[in-house]
Amino acid sequence: MLEQYIVLGLVQGSLYALMALGMVLIFKTTDIVNFGQADMTMFSAYVGFTLTVGLGWPFWAALPVVILFGFLLGVAVERLALRPAKEAPVVSLLIVTLGVALMLNALASWIWGFDPKSLPYAISGPPLVLGNIIITRHDLVVFGTTIVLSLGFFALLKFTKVGTAMRAAAQNKLGAQLLGIPVSRIAMMSWGLGVALGAVAGVLIAPLVFLDLTVMVFVMLKGFAAAVLGGFTSLPGAIVGGLLVGLFESLLIAVPFELINQLKETLVFVLIIVLLAVRPQGLLGEPIHRRV
Amino acid sequence: MPRQIWLALLGLLLIILPFGLKGYTVYILSIAGANILAAVGLNLLMGYAGQVSIGQAAFLAIGGYTSALLMTKLGLSFWLAFPLAGMLTSLTGLILFIPALRLGTIYLAIATLGFGAAVQQLIPLPYWSAILGGHQGIRVPRPQIGSFVFDTDLELYYLTLVIVVVLLVLSWNVARSYIGRAFIALRDKPAAAEALGINPTRYKAYAFLVSAFLTGIAGALQAHLVGHISPGEFGLGKSIEIFAMVILGGIGSLPGSVLGAVFLTFLPHWLSEARLLYTFLYGAALVLVIIFMPYGVWGFFLRLYYRFPAMQKLFPKGA
Repeated sequence: MLEQYIVLGLVQGSLYALMALGMVLIFKTTDIVNFGQADMTMFSAYVGFTLTVGLGWPFWAALPVVILFGFLLGVAVERLALRPAKEAPVVSLLIVTLGVALMLNALASWIWGFDPKSLPYAISGPPLVLGNIIITRHDLVVFGTTIVLSLGFFALLKFTKVGTAMRAAAQNKLGAQLLGIPVSRIAMMSWGLGVALGAVAGVLIAPLVFLDLTVMVFVMLKGFAAAVLGGFTSLPGAIVGGLLVGLFESLLIAVPFELINQLKETLVFVLIIVLLAVRPQGLLGEPIHRRV
Repeated sequence: MPRQIWLALLGLLLIILPFGLKGYTVYILSIAGANILAAVGLNLLMGYAGQVSIGQAAFLAIGGYTSALLMTKLGLSFWLAFPLAGMLTSLTGLILFIPALRLGTIYLAIATLGFGAAVQQLIPLPYWSAILGGHQGIRVPRPQIGSFVFDTDLELYYLTLVIVVVLLVLSWNVARSYIGRAFIALRDKPAAAEALGINPTRYKAYAFLVSAFLTGIAGALQAHLVGHISPGEFGLGKSIEIFAMVILGGIGSLPGSVLGAVFLTFLPHWLSEARLLYTFLYGAALVLVIIFMPYGVWGFFLRLYYRFPAMQKLFPKGA
C-alpha cells in the first residue's frame, strides 16, 4: 500500500512543482510573488474545458493552445497591470496581482458559470498495474509532462540567449540593463512562461478534481509552499519542493488516524515551518548573507 | 490653522456623523472602526517593523473567541474580558515571532499563511465544539458596562469611536516613540541599528506583541458588533483584505491605514448594487489605485500637498 501512496504523492507533487516553477520564475526576474497564479491557472483550465468538452478537440491538440493562451495571458498581465504600476513598492504589486485575480475570477464566472466542470483525462484507457502499484494513464502523462517541461525549461535557461538574459536579469537588474539586456521585455517573457507553466498544471489537475472558480487556490498555496520549501530563488528547488509537498501530503492520508487527516493542510505548513527553522533559505536556496 | 483646530473639527464631525446616516450605514462605520484597528496593527508590523504577515485573520479570530468566551463561560464583564482578549491574543503573536527571528520576508509570509490556515482549521474541530461551537460558531454577548447594554447601532458606534480613538492615539505614540523608530531602523539597516544598541530580538517581539494586541482587539470588537462569531469569517481572504487595506492606504503611514480600512469596508457595499460586476470592479479598483497612487492614498495626498502651496498654507507642516 505504501508504494501506492508514494506514487500518488509524486503525481500530485509534480503538479505542485509545475505551479511552483511558474511562481519562482516570475519571482526571480521581477521580485513579485504572483498571488494571481491560482486564478490565471483556473482561467486557462477553463479554456482547456471549452476546447476539449465544448469543441470536442482531443487533449493533445488542446494542450498547445492552452499553453499559448497562458503565455499571452501572462504577457498581457505584465504589460497592462504590472508595468504601469512599476513605480509602486514590491509589496504593493502583490495587491495588483490579487486585483487581476479577482477580475479573472469574475470573467470566468460570467463565461462558464458557477457549476463545477469536469475535464477528460489526457489519455483514457485501463490503468496500468506494476506489481502492487496501480497507476492511471493520466498520471503517467502528468509525470511525463512535468519531466519534459522542466528539462526543456532548464535547457531554455541554460543554452538559449533569452535564457541567459533571464538569468542575468534575475541576478542583477541594473547590471543586466547596462549590458543592453531589455530587462522589461525579459520580465514580460517570464510572466508569459510562468503563467503558461501554471496553465499546463491547470489542465492536468482539472481532470483529477472538479474544476470550479476556487479549486486552484489550494493548488497555488501548495505550489507556493513548495517553492518556499525549495528556496524561493531556486528552480530545481521548486521541483524538489513540489515533489516533497505532494509526497508528504499523500503519506499523511496513509496514516490511519483521523485527526492527522483532518489537519492535513495545517501539517504541511508545520513541516515547512520546521524545515525553514532549520534551513532558513529553503532546501536549495542561496544562503542568505547579511551585508553590513 | 494649527492642527488642534483641525483635530477638534474632525472629532466633532465624527460625533455628529451618525445623525445624518441610516442605521445600517452607522453599523458599517463601526465595522470600519474594527478594521481600522486591524489595519493599523498590520501596518505597525509590516510598514514599520518590515515583517510581512498574511495570517492576521488568525489574530482576529483568537481575539473574538477569547472575548466572547471570557464573558459567556467565565462570566467576566465586558470591560474586563475585552482588554484581556487583546492581551491574550498579544501573547499568541509570539508564536509568529519565533520563525520571524530567522526567516526572510517571503519565508515569513508562508509561515504566517500557515499560521492563519492552522487556526482556521483548528477552531471547528469536533474535540472542542462544545465550547467553540464548531463551524456554526457561537453567539457573542453585547458589550455592557455596569447595567448599561450597548445594543443599538448608535450606542455601538460611540463605543467603537472611543475604543478606536484611544487605541489610535496609543499606536501613534508607539510609532513615534523610540519603539517605532527602532522598528524603522531595524527594517532599513539591521546591522547599523544593532550597532546603535537596538536589540533586534526584543524589538521584533515588541512588533508582534503590539500587532497581535491591536488585531485581537479588532477581532473582539467586530465579534461584539456582529453578535456572532464563526471560523468561516477568518480565512485567507480576510487576511488579504487587511493586507490590502494597509497597502491601499499607504504602507508605513497610520492615517493611510485608517483611510484604507474605511475605503475597503465601504467598497463592497457601494459595489453590491453592481451584483455580477462586483468582483470585477473590486479587482479593477485594487489595480487602478496602485497604478495611479503607487504609494497608496496617503502617499497621493502627500504628493498633492507638496505640489500645491495653497495646501501647505492651510495645513502647516507637522499638522
